Amino acid sequence: MTNSGYVVRRLMQVVPTVSGILVVVFFMIHLAPGDPVEALAGQSGDAAYYAFMRRKFGLDRPLLEQFFTYAGNILRGDLGTSFIHGRPVFDVILERLPATLLLMGTALALSSLGGIVLGTLAARRPFGRLDLTVGAASLVAYAAPSFWLAQVAVLGLSFYAGVFPIQGMTDARTVTTGFARALDIAHHLVLPALVLALQELALIVRLTRAGLLEASGRDYLRTARAKGLGETRVMTRHALPNALLPVVTIVGGRLGFLFSGVVVVEIVFGWPGLGRVLLSATLARDYPILLGILMLVAFSVVLANLLMDLVYARLDPRIRLT
Amino acid sequence: MRVSTHESASPEGPPAPPWAFEGAWALVRRFLRVPGAIVGLSLLLAITLAAITASWIAPAGPFESVARPLQPPSLAHPMGTDDLGRDLLSGIMHGARTSLLVMVAVAAISSLIGVAVGAVAGFRGGLLDDLLMRATEVVQSVPRFFMAVIVIALFGPGVDRLVVLLGLTSWPILARVVRAETLSLRQREFVEAARSLGASDWRILLRHVLPNIAPAAVVVISLTAGSVILLEAALGFIGLGDPRLMSWGYLASNGQRFLRAAWWLALFPGVAILITVLGLNLVSDALNDLLDPRTLSRAVGRTPGELPPEHVIA
Repeated sequence: MTNSGYVVRRLMQVVPTVSGILVVVFFMIHLAPGDPVEALAGQSGDAAYYAFMRRKFGLDRPLLEQFFTYAGNILRGDLGTSFIHGRPVFDVILERLPATLLLMGTALALSSLGGIVLGTLAARRPFGRLDLTVGAASLVAYAAPSFWLAQVAVLGLSFYAGVFPIQGMTDARTVTTGFARALDIAHHLVLPALVLALQELALIVRLTRAGLLEASGRDYLRTARAKGLGETRVMTRHALPNALLPVVTIVGGRLGFLFSGVVVVEIVFGWPGLGRVLLSATLARDYPILLGILMLVAFSVVLANLLMDLVYARLDPRIRLT
Repeated sequence: MRVSTHESASPEGPPAPPWAFEGAWALVRRFLRVPGAIVGLSLLLAITLAAITASWIAPAGPFESVARPLQPPSLAHPMGTDDLGRDLLSGIMHGARTSLLVMVAVAAISSLIGVAVGAVAGFRGGLLDDLLMRATEVVQSVPRFFMAVIVIALFGPGVDRLVVLLGLTSWPILARVVRAETLSLRQREFVEAARSLGASDWRILLRHVLPNIAPAAVVVISLTAGSVILLEAALGFIGLGDPRLMSWGYLASNGQRFLRAAWWLALFPGVAILITVLGLNLVSDALNDLLDPRTLSRAVGRTPGELPPEHVIA
């Protein structure tokens, strides 16, 4: 049962958010030190040439008009041209996005699955040995910086134990195709995906456990037990679906966090995704790329929040919000 | 991330927490009986002491070459030395200053904005409330890490602009919690009583509402502080730290360069960050366990029994 009024209202809320982000970014570029015309034309001091350049790039137009041109371009996917790549920002990002999405997707799947399983196991005996161990481990995982987890993983599992490759997405020494290539990528994927998943996993463990414990005293569970259902079935079929509602929301809410995590993890593991592009763009002060990545992340966060809210409203008929 | 284990709250709403009748000191005494609180406070105290005493106790200046390069940990240099022969322990103690400075400054700015926005929105209601909450949503969807990358790329690295940026973008969760708490307090008898005695709105807000919000606000502020530490470190790690100041993120990025040759360079800076963030999270957890978890969760709306997960880094 979906409330169409709610869906429309929720869709409308995206408009101020997206415009807010565009306004902030536009004015930040304007406030930044350095005149773009001087940067392009050099410091020749030729006023007529400056004026010509200003006119050519529309910099003589009123600020409001400049903003609408800028916003229109971005909404059409025109993010400008990268200084260092000499190509449209959109293309550069699109080229690197699959590797990043592969890493993020795997991490998300690992953390959701592992988090729900561990959280359920921990909730079976609150304050038992397993619960306390999982609880302590997730506290630490949650507080650790992702680059440090990555470094420790490389030190322990790659250098010391030699189980996993140290860097990259494929083995540079042997060229493989087909299934062998997929295996090669999977082997390189394990460690960065695990590291990236760990922090999310810690959060999902705690959410799942808390949700299950909160549900455990409720009437509908007592009813389920009174019907003679086994404890496992009570947990998985009755308690878990309710406990997992918050987990659904955090996937949307934490997307921005996951993006910043993936950037750092990619740098440590030499993963050929957006993180490497961001790093080189940062060193070269390649603003169009940096802005393009910011826009990508911001819009993904807005979109994910929207989707999660709609999914949530569908899953939980009690939600009829403002 | 809140975990509530005790059953509370009648269907009509949460009962007043026990400390509400006993005053602030009772809350502090209860707080200090929670094991997590003791551990958390001790970790924070250790890092703070390291930061304060860095100039006197640290074996050397943070940028000073004092020994042979890439020496593993030893008695003279308990955390080893880096590629330029700098003492890592000294670097970490001075790095604590940068991290804590950024953290305290950002927490101060964002608390001011968050409490003001939340209290005004909750207390006045109506159109103003709607506007402020819309603005809160906009700011909440700004990815702080990537925004910081742009600001530093455009304006150059520096701790001042980082503090301003993070301060201006780290308040939404706090504002939402404060707003919800204010909403529930507005209807309470003691506020009605104050109003009937002729107290002004300002007086009611400052004397009656804000003191009762403080504990819940501290829960959120310390979580935000932890996220700021992690953000500052991640920025330093990708080379966007303030080059004039020693920082944990910079040390970790140096460790990355010598990962194979010198494990200690990567290990210790991360441990320092971990200790600080863990301390903040433990304090926040312990305090939250004392408050009724439902009051907080209602503040945030959709995640029963939990603070919203968005608070950490976005």
